[in-house]
Amino acid sequence: MSTQQQPAANKRSDPQPGLLSGLGQNHARAFFFSAGKLSSHPLSSLLTALVIGITLALPAALHLLILNLDSLSFSWERTVQATLFLEDSLAEKSGRDLTQRLQARPEVLKAEYISREQALEEFRALSGFGQALDLLDENPLPAVIAVQPSKDASQAQIDALIKEMSNTKGVESARIDQSWLERLNAIITIVQHIVQALAVLLALAVVVTVGNTIRLDIQNRKAEIEVMKLLGATNAFVRRPFLYTGVWYGLCGGILAWLLLQCVLWVLANPISYLAGLYQSNFSLIGLNFEATMALFAGGIFLGWFGSWWTVSRHLSAIEPK
Amino acid sequence: MAGSGQNIVEFHGVSKRYPGGGDALDLVNFKLRRGEMAFLTGHSGAGKSTFLKLIALIERPTRGNIIVNGVNLSQLKKHHIPAYRLGLGIIFQHYNLLYDRSVFDNVALPLVIRGLRHQDVARRVRAALDTVSLLKKERAQPIALSGGEQQRVAIARAIVCKPFVLLADEPTGNLDPDLSLDIMNLFQRLNEVGVSTLIASHNIALISKLNKRIIDIEHGKIVSDNYKGKRLP
Repeated sequence: MSTQQQPAANKRSDPQPGLLSGLGQNHARAFFFSAGKLSSHPLSSLLTALVIGITLALPAALHLLILNLDSLSFSWERTVQATLFLEDSLAEKSGRDLTQRLQARPEVLKAEYISREQALEEFRALSGFGQALDLLDENPLPAVIAVQPSKDASQAQIDALIKEMSNTKGVESARIDQSWLERLNAIITIVQHIVQALAVLLALAVVVTVGNTIRLDIQNRKAEIEVMKLLGATNAFVRRPFLYTGVWYGLCGGILAWLLLQCVLWVLANPISYLAGLYQSNFSLIGLNFEATMALFAGGIFLGWFGSWWTVSRHLSAIEPK
Repeated sequence: MAGSGQNIVEFHGVSKRYPGGGDALDLVNFKLRRGEMAFLTGHSGAGKSTFLKLIALIERPTRGNIIVNGVNLSQLKKHHIPAYRLGLGIIFQHYNLLYDRSVFDNVALPLVIRGLRHQDVARRVRAALDTVSLLKKERAQPIALSGGEQQRVAIARAIVCKPFVLLADEPTGNLDPDLSLDIMNLFQRLNEVGVSTLIASHNIALISKLNKRIIDIEHGKIVSDNYKGKRLP
């Protein structure tokens, strides 16, 4: 007979671990225990993770869509030309001087002077109204300077340039034809808001999915929870493995969402580069960068943990031994 | 350990009435001395289980005071119950093992709940399994064991934390007479090394062989108690 089981007589007891190392150990146990629990039902665990993965992949995919549309509109902005309409009173020499001054500025890639005669020739050749022009006594077209902003110029610099030019003596008006770009940007902004609303709804869906899975898990393990409470387990102790189960679901869901996105990007890469080729563009799809990928995983983990916590805190304290 | 009195369990005028039912216990006075072993007996429904449930704080008495190991249970708040239960060893008729883990992990559970270091857990689990002669089965799954072996695992789990009192509710209810005697002898050996033990059992034939204190409960009242070997009227 060992003396281990002498409760009253045996005052020696094992040293309790420090609070921190004890907590760390408890968490490590719950971490691996919950992983073991999930891997003992691989198919149903995988299905739950897949549902979470698809739910997470949707907003992530929409986020990528916006990112790509944004980069597309940004690259189109590069091809935009500003046009300065010159007053007829401005001498051609002054017009050419202004063109040279513009050409010297860093935010300008190319400035080209088009005289009234050149403009008339061009119009005559391209419009098909040449004969109608002959009826007019004088050339109705103004001289213009076509300005192509440099690729490094920001939108603000371009706007400032246009404003400055409009106020320059001899310039009738300066305009940049980008109303369609503004519309595209407005649409992108709306889509961004829709994606944000959708992301909130889908995050809620992840919370509910995890919560429901954990609720079933709690019901299935009711007897086990009762036994643990009889043995002196605190609510925190009983709760911990369930919280880690939620974390595992969230993490696996995040990884699956990432894989789904990679598949979609891989499938789309060739058709997109073909389409871009037709437009003489070297546009290619932007994927998730490191920060976004980490945010996806962290989001999955948080939502999984939160879904589990929300369920466990409602159901666990109701289970008491009878 | 808290409490220095010579009684490990004291009931003072304890009554328990379930909603819609009669008195499960009616003004019971009772003392279990430190290191004593006693049996609660009586027909089913007489109040034996309620008696143990009140000590384990699964139920609260309708009136009266229960003092366990110097602690007045009526003053114990809900969030103190887990820590209080760590000092009890509870054994059930249906063993209440966790069938998703090994014998070792079942016995380790109370130590894991206490947050003991892994090495200490292993050492104490093996000591407890040695006490119930199941050291060789530590890797087995409980479902693969016989009823008697499962109950011995449950006993190992109950004693692994060195409880100040062992409570057993019909521990031999599912076992045949030979195994039942084995289990009762095990309880007796544990009691000989100082574990206070209170066992509810309706198997009078078995427990009268053990020559221990027997408390007979009927309709919620103690009708006989052979305390100190003297049978009360």
